[in-house]
Amino acid sequence: MTARDRSARAVAAPTAPAVPVSPAAGPGTGPAGVGLAAPADPSESPGALLAAIELHKRFGATPALDGASLRVDAGEIVALMGPSGSGKSTLLHCLAGIVGPDAGEVHYGTRRLSAMSEAGRSALRRGEFGFVFQFGQLVPELTCAENVALPLRLGGVGRRAARERAHAQLARLGVDDVAGKRPGEVSGGQGQRVAVARALVSEPRVIFADEPTGALDSLNGEEVMRLLTEAARTAAAAVVLVTHDARVAAYSDREVVVRDGRTRSLAG
Amino acid sequence: MSIGHTLLGLLEAGPRHGYDLKRSYDERFGHDRPLHYGQVYATLSRLLKNGLVEVDGVTPGDGPDRKRYAITEAGVTDVEHWLTQPERPDVYLHSGLYTKLVIALLTGRAAADVLDRQRAEHLTAMRALTRRKTGGDLADQLVCDHALFHLEADLRFLELTAARLDALASALRSPQADEARP
Repeated sequence: MTARDRSARAVAAPTAPAVPVSPAAGPGTGPAGVGLAAPADPSESPGALLAAIELHKRFGATPALDGASLRVDAGEIVALMGPSGSGKSTLLHCLAGIVGPDAGEVHYGTRRLSAMSEAGRSALRRGEFGFVFQFGQLVPELTCAENVALPLRLGGVGRRAARERAHAQLARLGVDDVAGKRPGEVSGGQGQRVAVARALVSEPRVIFADEPTGALDSLNGEEVMRLLTEAARTAAAAVVLVTHDARVAAYSDREVVVRDGRTRSLAG
Repeated sequence: MSIGHTLLGLLEAGPRHGYDLKRSYDERFGHDRPLHYGQVYATLSRLLKNGLVEVDGVTPGDGPDRKRYAITEAGVTDVEHWLTQPERPDVYLHSGLYTKLVIALLTGRAAADVLDRQRAEHLTAMRALTRRKTGGDLADQLVCDHALFHLEADLRFLELTAARLDALASALRSPQADEARP
């Protein structure tokens, strides 16, 4: 080994972050095996629940995605991180079938989203996907329980059954006391828990969360993340989480950095 | 951290044997570095000599007698004074990360990769802390949050640096950069 090689190795090795406590032992917690992974190639990973392959998307002259790829396994919590305007929200919207890519493919199980009709994608979003956004996006005219029951009603579930399931979901998230209130009458933290309840009530296989704690203070944000990830793990639902907050991303199993419309996996 | 003041603070709850003090300390503060018995008894001897604790009782046993220690009025005053003194803020002007970054930039290596690897290492540590926090009690949550906020600050530095790597590289490589240095 030359002096230059040795020097290059020293610069390449990450420095163990100094923390005032010992991280709990567990798989993937040590420094071994940490490093940059090659960008995910979902085409080589059969069995992924959700896969984006070489997505390109422009909004007018502005490129948003430039060859982004990602795979998400069943029950996996993946955080998409990156600076503002990096394309992480666009990637989430493409994965959820809200926006169609200009080029590239999104697969959900064995189905290709681009090959499905808009009605088919709508049914998928209603039945198998759940959504949590930064500002909850609850319907202001409906009570919190009615908001949670809404995806069920739209999916054809009877009024009474939908109401019972909505109340049970609100209770699991500790906000059954606001069931009869309208979103404008509850706090930001309560509203976001109602939004999480709405995302979970259809027992989705994938939850898409775009900056779910962005409008909350630290304490409420932590609580929403704890509830969201615990509920997702209990239900074995996958979560695709867009965040710029490292403490929120730390609730995930894996982070993927989006930069200039491209994905970069950080193995850990 | 001052072990003496910490032990005094723990003694304010009531008199204890050295063994119980060590166990209480380790539970709350010793995740990273549990105390050695020698440290506990050396510290208690010093506190005793300075009149900050007193022997409250002695329990005979098979081995040496076990002393029970109690905090004195002077000890309480000392803890009060200690709590009024702010800790010196840590600054990291010579961290290994900063050095690696500058060397990578100076030698034309991929500084972005240095940043990304460090980011992965930090996030791995943050995930472990988050797992420990969510499964732990309030003391665990406090200590993990303290560590998490520090790691988050590092990550912000990494992101900011990633956003201006090109500017840093050209500044470091310019001849004026060396001349300007003392």
